[in-house]
Amino acid sequence: MTLFSQVTVNAAPNPYLIQPATIVEKIREAEDIDTYRLRFVDEQVRRSYRFAAGQFNMVYLFGVGEVAISIVSDPDEPESLDHTIRMVGRVTKAIAQLQPGDELGIRGPFGQGWPLDDAQGKDVVIVTGGLGCAPVVGAIEYIFRRRNEYGAVKILHGVKTPHDLLFRERFDVWRRHPDTQVLLTSDQPDKTWHYHVGVVTELFEQVVVDPARTMVLMCGPEIMMRLGVPILMQRGIPATAIYVSLERHMECGIGLCGHCQLGPYFLCKDGPVMRYDRVASWLGRTGV
Amino acid sequence: MVTQSNNHIDAIPKVLLQQLLDVLSAKGYRTVGPVVRDGSVFWDTIRQVADLPLGWRDEQTPGRYRIEQTGSTRIFGVVHGPQSVKPLAFAPREPLLTIERSKGRVSVQPTMPKSEKVAVLGVRACDLAGLAIQDHIFLKDAYRDPYYRIRRDGLFLIAVNCTRALATCFCASMDTGPRASANFDLALTELDEEMLVEAGSEAGREVVRALTCAPASPAQTREAERQIKACAGSQTRQLDRSRLPSALYDAHEHPRWDDVAARCLACGNCTMVCPTCFCHSVEEAPDLTQTGSEQSRLWDSCFTQEHGYIHGKNIRPTIKDRYRMWLTHKLASWIDQFGTSGCVGCGRCITWCPVGIDLTEELPALLNSTTQVKKESIRS
Repeated sequence: MTLFSQVTVNAAPNPYLIQPATIVEKIREAEDIDTYRLRFVDEQVRRSYRFAAGQFNMVYLFGVGEVAISIVSDPDEPESLDHTIRMVGRVTKAIAQLQPGDELGIRGPFGQGWPLDDAQGKDVVIVTGGLGCAPVVGAIEYIFRRRNEYGAVKILHGVKTPHDLLFRERFDVWRRHPDTQVLLTSDQPDKTWHYHVGVVTELFEQVVVDPARTMVLMCGPEIMMRLGVPILMQRGIPATAIYVSLERHMECGIGLCGHCQLGPYFLCKDGPVMRYDRVASWLGRTGV
Repeated sequence: MVTQSNNHIDAIPKVLLQQLLDVLSAKGYRTVGPVVRDGSVFWDTIRQVADLPLGWRDEQTPGRYRIEQTGSTRIFGVVHGPQSVKPLAFAPREPLLTIERSKGRVSVQPTMPKSEKVAVLGVRACDLAGLAIQDHIFLKDAYRDPYYRIRRDGLFLIAVNCTRALATCFCASMDTGPRASANFDLALTELDEEMLVEAGSEAGREVVRALTCAPASPAQTREAERQIKACAGSQTRQLDRSRLPSALYDAHEHPRWDDVAARCLACGNCTMVCPTCFCHSVEEAPDLTQTGSEQSRLWDSCFTQEHGYIHGKNIRPTIKDRYRMWLTHKLASWIDQFGTSGCVGCGRCITWCPVGIDLTEELPALLNSTTQVKKESIRS
């Protein structure tokens, strides 16, 4: 009937129910970005909560409302739940006022994460821009916990200015893993910047790929995907091996409110991670 | 559908219709029907047949709705008002949760609607089709909506087969009417002297057993069939779905979108009267003491500024983007999402559009070649 043969029915009695969670730690990442480490108040919820890398939660602030935020932490440690949030809208600016000990609400996890099972045995190329690196952090941690099950890992990350580089220590840790390449670039460097200068797609030239055994995970501005994917495809990587994490207005997280549509897809339910060939004809169209 | 059903059909003299309301009341139902108000009809509680719009009929054309008293003996002469049956299951405003905060601790309680048995008298076939589509969205997809479930489970649906089409009707071309073919408990066909009654569920059969009725005569059923077929045959509008969804996807850059955008006011009326539109927003309403808050969902429309908003950017900033989103979703992507068209041919979006935009005109224009469209717009 629908395009999506695998509709899994969520048995949760009320998908609108919010679970209180305490902020146990607030980590300043940049002037306008913080990571919130959360712990569910209800012990049973804390024990049973599981997520896949690339999924998101609806994060709720009392009296203000909800906002969809990707989960940035390691899926193998689900009791410690991290969200990295930029102060940008009504809800996120209010969340920024909170301190450790305060409570948020969580609904989730929602959506389809990265296809990390399908990526087993393959080389994985991860291409991110700006805060777009947040949704793949969990995927990278997942892969490094199972390093032998994956081939070469290449992490290409672009930022506008060196100030925008988050998770600096994590990149340094990842760099030390075997058969792993970490390449960083900044559009506008400063004196401290000793990596590449330019946009992230220029880093493709420094990477050797075997198109037959490569899977690409991409997250960041849509313009980066629209410009980057054709270059990857020219190098022989099929569109079916490229996955992108997309963003639209998500208000319910369960495919009912209608806001996050991209062509025939509800990105909160069918995405946010989508195989590129499925959305290629929609990206770049105006007004979708 | 105009094909005759194989169900048993009874006839009740119209003077005994009150009995139907009484039987339903005795079974614990609140009886709801179309009631004349503000120059149209709206769902309201009815206690007697006299509450129904006896002798009234409606005329609908693009951008225009009128009812008039004709003095006829028809009880269901008004085909429909702006409301489909949708608001009875998918409430325009539904409180979802109450949240309390005390000393930094947050506690959350769902606010489920009261379960209520409601018998709805006078549901048209197009609206039953719309309700079936909403059932699919809210009850049969990945997540089940418990609020919709409670309201929907309380409904006892009494359809009325249409024997008169409006100028804006095109259910026949959408295969949704004028005969109610499924999803009803009872279906009535109004003749001059009698109501023919067909049960569509066990609950419906139970109600019929309590009524003073006799099997309909062959002449009565023939006459009912004739009137339903004539209703289908009299429809002047139609929608050709044969090239959907792909042809509308391919028309994304068609100049006709600019043409319709110049007429569209982005008021959202079409989405508010549509039996299938399901977009909603979630609203947070804290009390003044900041200790309690209520979260509700409200019907939303893809014609609003906020619908396509993501942090600092609007995905659909222009009216052209929004009309294209609405029509492409309704007629094309809906098919990929739910396996059916999002349009049931009720014609409300044509009637209630303040400038009379007619999707049965827009679709063929959008699927036409560009050159033909240019000629048409020069002529007008």
